[in-house]
Amino acid sequence: MLRWIVFAPLLTSLLSGAGLVLVRRPMARGLVVTLSCSSVLVSFVLSAIAFARLVGLPEPESPSGGSLILVDTLYTWVGVGVGSSAFSADLAFRFDALSAVMCFVVTGVGFLIHVYAVGYMRSDTREDGGLQRFFCYFNLFTASMLVLVLADNLLLMFLGWEGVGLCSYLLIGFWYSETQNAYAGSKAFIVNRIGDFGFLVGILLLFWSMAEAGTPAVSFRAIEANFGSIAAQVVTLPMWLGGGEMGLPTLIALCFFVGAIGKSAQLPLYVWLPDAMAGPTPVSALIHAATLVTAGVYMVVRMSFLYEAAPGALVVVAWTGGATAIFAGLLATAQNDVKKVLAYSTVSQLGYMFLAAGCGAYTVAIFHLVTHAFFKALLFMALGAVIIAAHHEQDMRRLGGLRKRLKATWWVTLIGVLAISGAPPLSGFFSKDEILAAVYFNQDLPGHAALFQMGLLTGGLTAFSMFRMLFVTFHGETRLPRARRVELHDPGDLMLWPMYILASLAVFGAVFGMPQFWGDRMQMLDSDSLGHFLATVVAVREPHEIDPIQVWQLVGLALAVSIAGFGAAYVLYLSRPRLADRLSPAFVWLRVALERKFWVDEVYDTLLVRPLVVFADRILYRGLDVGLVDRGLVEGSAKSVWVLAQRGLKHVQSGLVQAYLLVVVAGTLALLAYWIG
Amino acid sequence: MTVPTLATHAITCVVFLPFAAGLSLLVVSAFASLLSRSQGLPKIVWQVVASATTCLTFLLSAVALWGRFDPEATGYQLVERVAWLPEYGIHYFVGIDGISLVLVMLTTFLMPIVLLVSWKEIGRSPRAYLFFMLFLETAILGAFVSLNLFQFYLLWEVVLIPMYFIIGIWGGPRRIYAATKFFLFTQAGSLLMFVAMLVVYRLNYLQGGALNFDLIAVAGFPTVGIPLLQTIVPVAGAPWWSTQAWLFVAFVLAFGIKVPLVPFHTWLPDAHVEAPTGGSVILAGVLLKLGAYGLLRFALPLFPVAAKDFAPWMLGLALAGIVYGSLVAMVQKDLKRLVAYSSVAHMGFVLLGIFSLNLQGLTGSVLQMLNHGLSTGSLFVLVGFLYARRQTRLIADFGGLAKPMPVFAAFFGLVVMSSIGVPVLNGFVGEFLILLGAFGANPWVAVVATSGVVLAAAYMLWMYRRVVFGPLDKPENRGLMDLDLRERAALVLLVIPIVWIGVHPNPLLRRIEPSVSLLLQSIELRQLQGEEALATLEPAP
Repeated sequence: MLRWIVFAPLLTSLLSGAGLVLVRRPMARGLVVTLSCSSVLVSFVLSAIAFARLVGLPEPESPSGGSLILVDTLYTWVGVGVGSSAFSADLAFRFDALSAVMCFVVTGVGFLIHVYAVGYMRSDTREDGGLQRFFCYFNLFTASMLVLVLADNLLLMFLGWEGVGLCSYLLIGFWYSETQNAYAGSKAFIVNRIGDFGFLVGILLLFWSMAEAGTPAVSFRAIEANFGSIAAQVVTLPMWLGGGEMGLPTLIALCFFVGAIGKSAQLPLYVWLPDAMAGPTPVSALIHAATLVTAGVYMVVRMSFLYEAAPGALVVVAWTGGATAIFAGLLATAQNDVKKVLAYSTVSQLGYMFLAAGCGAYTVAIFHLVTHAFFKALLFMALGAVIIAAHHEQDMRRLGGLRKRLKATWWVTLIGVLAISGAPPLSGFFSKDEILAAVYFNQDLPGHAALFQMGLLTGGLTAFSMFRMLFVTFHGETRLPRARRVELHDPGDLMLWPMYILASLAVFGAVFGMPQFWGDRMQMLDSDSLGHFLATVVAVREPHEIDPIQVWQLVGLALAVSIAGFGAAYVLYLSRPRLADRLSPAFVWLRVALERKFWVDEVYDTLLVRPLVVFADRILYRGLDVGLVDRGLVEGSAKSVWVLAQRGLKHVQSGLVQAYLLVVVAGTLALLAYWIG
Repeated sequence: MTVPTLATHAITCVVFLPFAAGLSLLVVSAFASLLSRSQGLPKIVWQVVASATTCLTFLLSAVALWGRFDPEATGYQLVERVAWLPEYGIHYFVGIDGISLVLVMLTTFLMPIVLLVSWKEIGRSPRAYLFFMLFLETAILGAFVSLNLFQFYLLWEVVLIPMYFIIGIWGGPRRIYAATKFFLFTQAGSLLMFVAMLVVYRLNYLQGGALNFDLIAVAGFPTVGIPLLQTIVPVAGAPWWSTQAWLFVAFVLAFGIKVPLVPFHTWLPDAHVEAPTGGSVILAGVLLKLGAYGLLRFALPLFPVAAKDFAPWMLGLALAGIVYGSLVAMVQKDLKRLVAYSSVAHMGFVLLGIFSLNLQGLTGSVLQMLNHGLSTGSLFVLVGFLYARRQTRLIADFGGLAKPMPVFAAFFGLVVMSSIGVPVLNGFVGEFLILLGAFGANPWVAVVATSGVVLAAAYMLWMYRRVVFGPLDKPENRGLMDLDLRERAALVLLVIPIVWIGVHPNPLLRRIEPSVSLLLQSIELRQLQGEEALATLEPAP
């Protein structure tokens, strides 16, 4: 049955894709839309049924007697070899607590965004016949993402991993006529491939390590069951990597983490995500906020058993997450394109999730993943409504004052902004707070105090950039041209209702995973149900002894920083806009640096891309290929034969019989000498 | 004398059917022209008969070869052996195993598509073109099924003749240069192979065998193929300069030029750019595989010790091919040249798998040969369709084609994804298995090769973006016709196996693996025997 969770959107996607290629006339819009949305709904319902079955499974006899999972195997996908080096990857789906949570996010939030997209793409008239293409890609994305989270083995997970990358490429460049969009799509794919490089090497290293230990394994179950055979192994690094020794699990975990960095847009591979905003806004909401970019987090959590054995890798995960969180949080404060603000804030929030995972709080990372999917998808949808109303104006400096005309949109945006800024008691408050607590109480992590401060500060930056966006876009005087002001209005029901539902989830979403501390305070019987549910498959550390007073202090601190961020935005962009103007000359360097994103793209281009292209063109192609090999060796040897014939051999064929005779005699003598001697 | 039937001589029937049809067409056409003083049979008759023949050949190979092939069995199947010049050990000796089965199927599958895509392209002497194509098919198929060294060499050389004419007559402006270069490069290698082959033949005789060119006899003879060959130049413990090493190098040069191995690849871009579309498809799809196949079928079993000793060097050359081919492909301005250099990179992967000398690598290699034939063949077909419309192949002349040619863009996108190894399509399975094998042989080699996967995405997507996406700013491109029914049919046919292999490669892998496994076992065995023989040679201290 699990296969149908994937097949439902896959089949509709293939149907509309085949229709596009083989039939000249596009399908009726109503049919495309109905098929596409209902297939995701079917997946959602099937996930719910699978969830019910999963919960209904009897508890395993012993803790090590296998965890609670459902498996659906189709056939052997790639199988080569026998015995100790047998590689065999099945086309098999696995449904456990973690997959269940991810399935609900992908199909639930995904369904809402599909419905929203129907409204959004209807008001988009730039591309004729494009609707079918859009939903073909959109459904294909959903199917790939479901493969990713349902995969029973690493290779199939990689299939989903590449599949979502491909769909992201197609959807970023959906409006392909503009060079910028097509460029952004290719950039996303290629940067992701750099991450995939790590993922692939990780698969190879893990497989051969396990094979050498006598337990070749590809499926997660087999790897986890036999992981003990390599958990304690150590590898010696080559000299150019600094020499020294490293735990084998650490090395493997780092390889996989490179993949996660690419997909989840962490430092230094985050550069593709802001550009990816070139795609239609529903794409940004579904792919570049709620699902695809969280795949890296999902992977780390899926392999939590591996990361638990690799403390060195966890330090890298935590520090990458922390550094990305504050770096992207900073960049988000200076962007003027509303979607770019959201993009950098997404990068920053993903950094939070890795920070949690790096502290060993895997279930907390997933908790934040879920709440973030709610409020970030909501924010993208709300700003998408603004973009549609303002006829594709995304620069907030040219918006402003929209609150009066877009009332409903303003409300949902406010809810999203409050949730992401961690205002109690919205969902973001609980999940962000739990991450900060996880960092704070994890004394073993090197530099945990600094990481905690970075996380805290990021909260302030987030509140600042989000309220800045809210104020500049919705408050103050409108700066839209007069002609456009008249037609400003809230979007239709198809776009509004998904936003309402997500807004209520952004408010109440935390009840699924209410942290133990708050559960106790609120006398909830079933607190941290998400954590307990996930604990059946995800590594969970023994909880620390926590002093409630410290927790209260933590909450107070986090709130204070967020309020400071809100206050700064309020003063600078709402109550005293003049102040910002007066201050800005003093900070002009900072502002330019932030707006130009610290020139990271330019640096990559100058230091990596251009030299490589020049090297390939000048040295390899023109120098070696055309110059040395072709002109030099090939044509040179031909020419030298010709010259030889002209200068030398011509004279040999002289026609002088005496000369011929001389040669014959000399040759005969030489041969005789050889035989005798 | 028995008449060959499909039941007893399946391979012969498949191999010679195209040539027989071509010859009959020629004869009938000649009679027709004598009778009616016309040019012979009308072009359309030739086209229909030739296409029908290639389709029939494919169906025959599917039913009689693929259908009757036993995936469980190891060794050669459907073997036929007829004395030809028995006193010299030359036999007509054919048979297939998993490796040749895959390549035979690829050839018979591609040929009808080649005729379909060149249906309108060939203006000048279309009859001769069709005859050469049918001739070429028989020669290639014959080479893939040959189990006699002499017979293989003969067909390997015969393949050159029709290909030379196809490039030289129906090619682009620099066709003569390209055809000559193609011929000379291959010929230079072939002569080396010929000499090496004669040495093997003689050594086999000297070491107590019969005068025999049969591969099984020569490679299977207990002492040949082991360092006994080194007794000619007895430098014990230094297999580097043994006779076997020399012979191996000669074979590698011959096959490597065809693969092509960097730095012997420069004939390939020229040949591709000048060849007509059909010629490019066959060249990339099948002829390059002949080189890799030769390594697998002859160089490894005949010189197992040298193969093992040279494996690190060969891995290095394969890596050079991958990285070099990808980087150079990145800066090409001509579409065909770009695809040609991408072939260098892809065939580098094939070599990498072969010289990983383990089950995953070799199986992946054989599969990747098939994959490369399909995806690069499709790329050349697509570029050919563009050329037919615009008479140019420069990337800069296109841009924004997705608007006037959405179907073309869709197929092009799919094939590009297959070529850069996106999962669910064929390229991924082969590349992954090769990387898996390479990692088993040497982790660092696999790591460097994996970077080729990143580079492939870079050059292919860059090219695709510049051709298909962006604004439609060239007025000449505005009115371009999308693919017609014939062109769509050709691409649909190509896409079916591309997807099928990606989704369910295991039926293929199951047929390839036993043959590869046998090959590996024999290499191991010969290695052991060689060490023993070497030990007896060393003077006791």
